[in-house]
Amino acid sequence: MTLPEGVERQEFDGDTGLATRGEPVYGEPVRDGWRRWDPSRSKLGSMLDLGMDTGLSGGETVLYLGAAAGTTVSHVADFAGPTYAVEFAPRPMRDLVLAAEDRENLFPLLKDARDPDSYSHIVEPVDILLQDVATRGQAAVAVANRRFLADDGLLLMAIKARSEDVTGDPEAVFENVLDELRESYEILETTRLEPYHDDHLGVIARPA
Amino acid sequence: MNAQDSGSGWFESLDSGDVGAAVGVIRDGSGTEPREWAQEAIDNGAVPDESTYYNWLHEATLAAAREETTERELADDQQLIHAIRSLDDCERVTNELTERLAEWAGTHDADATVDTDFIRELAAMETDNAVKEQMSRFASRVVALDEETQELREFVERRTPDVAPNLATLAGPELAARLISLAGGIEDLAKKPSGTVQVLGAEESLFAHLGGSAPSPKHGVIYLHEAVRDTPPANRGSAARALAGKLSIAARIDHYSGEYRPSLEAELDDRIERIRARDAE
Repeated sequence: MTLPEGVERQEFDGDTGLATRGEPVYGEPVRDGWRRWDPSRSKLGSMLDLGMDTGLSGGETVLYLGAAAGTTVSHVADFAGPTYAVEFAPRPMRDLVLAAEDRENLFPLLKDARDPDSYSHIVEPVDILLQDVATRGQAAVAVANRRFLADDGLLLMAIKARSEDVTGDPEAVFENVLDELRESYEILETTRLEPYHDDHLGVIARPA
Repeated sequence: MNAQDSGSGWFESLDSGDVGAAVGVIRDGSGTEPREWAQEAIDNGAVPDESTYYNWLHEATLAAAREETTERELADDQQLIHAIRSLDDCERVTNELTERLAEWAGTHDADATVDTDFIRELAAMETDNAVKEQMSRFASRVVALDEETQELREFVERRTPDVAPNLATLAGPELAARLISLAGGIEDLAKKPSGTVQVLGAEESLFAHLGGSAPSPKHGVIYLHEAVRDTPPANRGSAARALAGKLSIAARIDHYSGEYRPSLEAELDDRIERIRARDAE
């Protein structure tokens, strides 16, 4: 499995880790224009680090749901093409706006990912749908946003078990979410994101 | 500039490069289907090329995000109070009118019941009879009012976390809004002692108690919270006191710092669990 163009393993203080080229955003280590991409702070970072076959090669059009303060999506915009970043909460959006100011291909949208009509007049069909939303009904969000994904595109998603059911067994929660996803997607690969993220499942799927 | 046709992109009918006008459409427009907007913008002459399109989109989305973020962060607790009070009024009036209609309809139809489903049937009824026609038109107003009640409830659920993130997490958005409303504002709520928060909404019983004719109320509107409601009656007073304490802290953090503190929820759960465990002893 290869990393997308624009993502490389670089050395930071004698330690090797993923990195992209761009303006720093959240105080991450920087060397020679490379900014370290810490997998324990990013679901997508951990999916890449764990060797999941993300299909990313660089330059893709991306819709990112649950962009939060822009930690991950800033790295994505460093190697991808037009990148649409949806986040619903105003506080993290303030930081996301700062990350987007330095990135011409990053478009912040203060929208609710459960209501794709509210941004369908802005977002174009995309190659990659990235989803990291910490709300109940994660599968429903992916299904509702299926419309943005090109037929040969990929869904890259991190399922957070505790967002669906705080007390439930994670494996059972994952199964329920995957079952619901199968309405609209064919699941290609799943991997637990430990040790980087407890009770998270990385999912790669394509439109069914 | 609010309503976009389902088929048009955000740039439609805007002057090329006009960021101010684009902000309104980015914020309030909508669509049902994504399309190759960059290509369409070039084809219909809105922009000369792709890089002009993306530059414009970048400026417009940044401006829209900045503007709306600022507005939402300054969300007004007084507006929330109007909304929750309107919600209560709508709900009360809907119930009253539903009863009135069911009573009227009962003279025509022995199966008339006092519920929204029946009112919906009544509203959808086709008839030549002048009386039933009047009843049906009336019913459609009641249905609309019921829908408005739902809209108001969703509005409150969306807005409360902006006004008071910690309180909304701990109490749930609707109860949080009720507490803010009963206190008169988030600042007023933050300044109340937790013993007052505990009995907000139970003023009648409180005054009866203070008048010497009744026991002191154990809880007011916070009874709606599962920490109180799902605790056995013998321990309910303790649970209400513990909950009110945490809610007061949440309201104070929301008013004075605004920082979200997720540990509050765990602290509350822990406390309630210990109170309920007393039964086992």
